[in-house]
Amino acid sequence: MTEKIGVYICHCGTNIAGVVDVQDVSRWVGKELASEGVVIARDYKFMCSSLGQELIQKDIQELGLTRVVVGACSPHLHESTFRNACKEVGLNPYLCELVSLREQDSWVHSDKNAATDKAKAIISGGVSRVIYHEELEPLKVPINPNTLVVGGGIAGIQAALEIADAGYHVYLVEREPSIGGHMAQFDKTFPTLDCSACILTPKMVQVGNHPNITLLTWSEVVNVEGYVGSFDVTVNKKARFIKTDTCTGCGICWEKCPKKVVDEVFEVGMANRKAIYTPFPQAVPKYPVIDAENCTYFINGKCKACEKFCPTGAIDFNQKDEEVIIKVGNIIIATGYDLFDAKRIPQYGCGRYDNVYTSLEFERLSNAAGPTGGNIILKDGKTIPKSVGIVHCVGSRDQNYNEYCSSICCMQSLKFAHLVHERTGAEVYNFYIDIRTPGKGYEEFYNRLLEERTNFVRGKVAEISSFARIPEEEGKLIIQVEDTLISKQRRIPVDMVILSSGLQSRSDAKEVAKMFGISCSAENWYIERHPKLDPIATMTEGIYIAGCAQGPKDIPASVAQGAAAAARVMGKIQQKEISLEPIRATINEEQCSGCRICNDICPFNAILYHEDKMTSEINPALCQGCGTCVAACPAGAISGTGFSNEQVLSQIEGLLLLKSLENEYSYSGD
Amino acid sequence: MTNDNFEPVIIGFTCNWCSYRAADMAGTARMKYAPNIRLIRLMCSGRLDPTFIFKALAGGADGILISGCHPGDCHYIEQNYKALRRFQLTKRVLIQMGMEPERLKLFWASAAEGAFLTSEINKFVKVIRELGPLNWNENNFRVQIPIHSIEEEVLA
Repeated sequence: MTEKIGVYICHCGTNIAGVVDVQDVSRWVGKELASEGVVIARDYKFMCSSLGQELIQKDIQELGLTRVVVGACSPHLHESTFRNACKEVGLNPYLCELVSLREQDSWVHSDKNAATDKAKAIISGGVSRVIYHEELEPLKVPINPNTLVVGGGIAGIQAALEIADAGYHVYLVEREPSIGGHMAQFDKTFPTLDCSACILTPKMVQVGNHPNITLLTWSEVVNVEGYVGSFDVTVNKKARFIKTDTCTGCGICWEKCPKKVVDEVFEVGMANRKAIYTPFPQAVPKYPVIDAENCTYFINGKCKACEKFCPTGAIDFNQKDEEVIIKVGNIIIATGYDLFDAKRIPQYGCGRYDNVYTSLEFERLSNAAGPTGGNIILKDGKTIPKSVGIVHCVGSRDQNYNEYCSSICCMQSLKFAHLVHERTGAEVYNFYIDIRTPGKGYEEFYNRLLEERTNFVRGKVAEISSFARIPEEEGKLIIQVEDTLISKQRRIPVDMVILSSGLQSRSDAKEVAKMFGISCSAENWYIERHPKLDPIATMTEGIYIAGCAQGPKDIPASVAQGAAAAARVMGKIQQKEISLEPIRATINEEQCSGCRICNDICPFNAILYHEDKMTSEINPALCQGCGTCVAACPAGAISGTGFSNEQVLSQIEGLLLLKSLENEYSYSGD
Repeated sequence: MTNDNFEPVIIGFTCNWCSYRAADMAGTARMKYAPNIRLIRLMCSGRLDPTFIFKALAGGADGILISGCHPGDCHYIEQNYKALRRFQLTKRVLIQMGMEPERLKLFWASAAEGAFLTSEINKFVKVIRELGPLNWNENNFRVQIPIHSIEEEVLA
């Protein structure tokens, strides 16, 4: 055996040593695996500490180790730590193998003997595997300094501004005619009660005017190709039917347009817009769009009122959808959320009773720019409610709908309670399961509501109906609820009900995730690289997430995450080039028979066929290293670096070494 | 051969992006499963060469577990479907060689499904324990003609 292997077993405090007999493992490895080339086996309290790393480095220098195996935590945690330690003293980092003794052994097993035997087996697998490791050099690819931000809500706006202010170019793609997202629909923001538009619109204007931002509204990403550093993104710019270079945004067109359409998006069905419209007066960009589905001209070929009255001749009915390809190095996804559809809970009467509002509908109702000019009145358009019930956790924390807490609804409901109380003097009832106000100034806001004598009833609302049992209930909406603090059923008649609907992932979140090659949780929120230490990056290099697309969160958290994603992207851009894992497949031309089986199997079209030589070749920049072609090649001509046949087969042999030594262990089962 | 003290050895092939991370998650959450399983990390379940399975069984493994991303969620777009095909094919061959089909198992587990992975591993170890050791190394072992057809796989 020509290799000199060093094996290091980490105690990880008691995390590993508490279950696995680490001394026994290191003794066994030193003795039994000496024939494999193990020249030194040690155990140490914390291998990842600088002292632990120095231990390895010293052995590499003094004993001339050519391979290193560390039995510690998951390679997803500390693989790079130990690889770097090897690199520092001149050993190629890919000659170091990390064996997961913690996540896959000590933490998941309680039988000490069985866990110790398993530790021996998996270390033995690692030793057998590392023999076949090759010296690899990371692939260097240049980073395109441009960035794509998908979604123009507050998280996307913040991210775009941060990057653009740093001097790099940003493409901001937004599906709707204007940026602003949900925040533009809100009236006030909790807990400070700042006017939402007052703090948002200056940022929107900044985005609109920024020389480093290319704003693509009324546009959608339809295809993503490439990899970190050089993505080719295809964006479909939907036909606006407006020449944006001549339009001044004067608004005459939508004044003159005779066609009224219910605005289901921005006004959530509470008000009308025209067929040519901007969603709201402060929209950025200021240019309107023509809604071709509802435009009279597109329906029956007549009208063109907007074209007649436009003072600059900016209407163009012949525009077509246009696909543009954007080249970027990094992507931030900030696609936001959908509101839970309260109609899914029929007993709450949403859509059946006029005066049952969802949270977003109430935002529009209380908004000074909304359909009632900010007057909180009933559907009849004049009556001021005398009593209002606010139902928390609608569709959240409910096994029938979404099990998670939507995190913003408590504070949102308290805000609603305050606004109703302030503007109408009505009696307000909050129906809650638990009040959750974990944020700066949030609990204080709750206390303020208590002082305002808002009624809090702890209980999940069973039903909202208009069936009166007693004269006092006539003409009211009756909220049936079990008040769990007094253990009694109550019927509370109110004039208006606000359902504080939860947040859920976008209905197309899964398709979007697939397009960008990132993964979704069971509820279709995008999965971050690490739930605590990296809630911004994804498993896919070069793609970051921000805002509610990652999970329900409030405005400050969305802004913070948007800015954090921007910082990460700027860090990447500054590096100018990035090292990619050299885990790639390569074809041995001599062995390749030119059967082309691998050509079709590659999902990234990374395999080229040379007609002249009758052989295939892999483009390492396109290859992602999945290894499917390696397994498929009938001639065995393809080798997968880092996961070669020799490595895996040898690892299997190593894992089964104990079995072949007939060293059966005595685990007695659970 | 008695099954009383039989401790099966199972080799599991996991995908770097989902099932290996599910195992990490099971560890972080201190979920417990039987220590009979040894996992091998591949970049993708599509990397699984049937040779690996034969090598492991010939080397003394009593069961083989394969786990990748859920259909449609593959990190490499669709390579888990290739794993599925190879799984079916290998299973057919192994049955022809006289192995009980239950010894080869495939399930999908996302990075979030540590609990699912744990329960599937435990179930599998139980099945293999009841089947007893794979007697491939015994002298009287002969390739047999299959007497039953392969069951349809129910996939999550």
